[in-house]
Amino acid sequence: MTAPAPVPVPSARAILTATGLRKTFGQTLALDHASISLAPGEIVAVMGPSGSGKSTLLHCLAGILRPDQGSVIYQGQDLTTLRDAARSTLRRTQFGFIFQFGQLVPELTCLENVALPLRMERVPRAEANRRATEELQRLAVEDVAGQRPGEISGGQGQRVAVARALVTRPRVIFADEPTGALDSLNGELVLRQLTATARETRASILLVTHEARVAAYSDREIVVRDGRTRDPLTAGAAA
Amino acid sequence: MSMGQTFLGLLEAGPRHGYDLKRAYDERFSHIRPVHFGQVYATLARLLKHGLVELDAVEAGEGPERKRYAVTEAGVADVDHWLARPEAPDPYLQNTLYTKVVLALLTGRSATDLLDLQRTEHLRLMRELTQRKANGDLIDHLICDHGLFHLEADLRWLELTAARLDDLAATLTPAGGTTTGRTIRA
Repeated sequence: MTAPAPVPVPSARAILTATGLRKTFGQTLALDHASISLAPGEIVAVMGPSGSGKSTLLHCLAGILRPDQGSVIYQGQDLTTLRDAARSTLRRTQFGFIFQFGQLVPELTCLENVALPLRMERVPRAEANRRATEELQRLAVEDVAGQRPGEISGGQGQRVAVARALVTRPRVIFADEPTGALDSLNGELVLRQLTATARETRASILLVTHEARVAAYSDREIVVRDGRTRDPLTAGAAA
Repeated sequence: MSMGQTFLGLLEAGPRHGYDLKRAYDERFSHIRPVHFGQVYATLARLLKHGLVELDAVEAGEGPERKRYAVTEAGVADVDHWLARPEAPDPYLQNTLYTKVVLALLTGRSATDLLDLQRTEHLRLMRELTQRKANGDLIDHLICDHGLFHLEADLRWLELTAARLDDLAATLTPAGGTTTGRTIRA
């Protein structure tokens, strides 16, 4: 059997550190002493087969799910003990999210979708629209600003979703199979723009993927298997 | 693929004659194209010269003397080192990786660690190619994509093998043990 992963030592460098996470859904053990650490500006790929616990790990790290055991320290605060409202604020102001299917609001235009996180933070409409337009330009999809998600291609929609995730200048971006629904060329465009912007703004990315070509955009990878994390460089040699 | 280290791993189960070693090797690793006797004895002579095997017994018979070989501590360490070192990714790697995985399972070493290390090595090269693409022109893109897709195919094989390690271990050692008597570790 696989030995427990070494526990990461929370360092002064880490912006986000999870230690000993355990999470069950009914009888199913989704995470079992999972640990991970993310430095500012670092892009870490979380790899592993389907059902290994990758997405559950992301949800716990992002404060969407509360683990049964373990801690998630973001800039000195333990997300597992924060009240729901505080976690919700943290998610809106400090974190960005990109999922496999953009999950844009279908009734809003692309510009309104991107401006939405700023409007929720009570940024005046004109200012929010200006910043949203800039973000759409950066992702090269400013020409779809006035269109609704149902009227654009999957690749364009995912780039709009990336723009929405980046517009608040989050410190950590959680991306769960962000190119899973795209062809190779569109997937590459999204990843290039996402990682370039993150490098520019010193944002960290937790990149959940089962695709090696996606993981190749990261600085290092962590493998999740049966709910346990393994850092291949510290897991020990095959001796 | 390194025949020398594979012989050493097979000898961890106990001393063997060159002929038995060839049979075990052909059965596990080379049944489509059996290895030549000349290659077997040349390999054993090289291992002997480097102190990785030693003569366990020399039996006189009607024909030439039959030598029985045993692995030395240095030989076991050599196998450890070989299995712990990831291979440089290349298009014809599969035979070597397959051999390493099977040998790790047969000798009670961790095949999971081996596959994880290899994934890291493949990803390291994929990162290099991805970076080269980011800074390159269309020609660079095409060249790097070719390499990336091949490496990705290797990685898919690594993932699938990792998912099948328990089954593979059961296939290799139906009784549940290893050739060396160590507890099997996927």
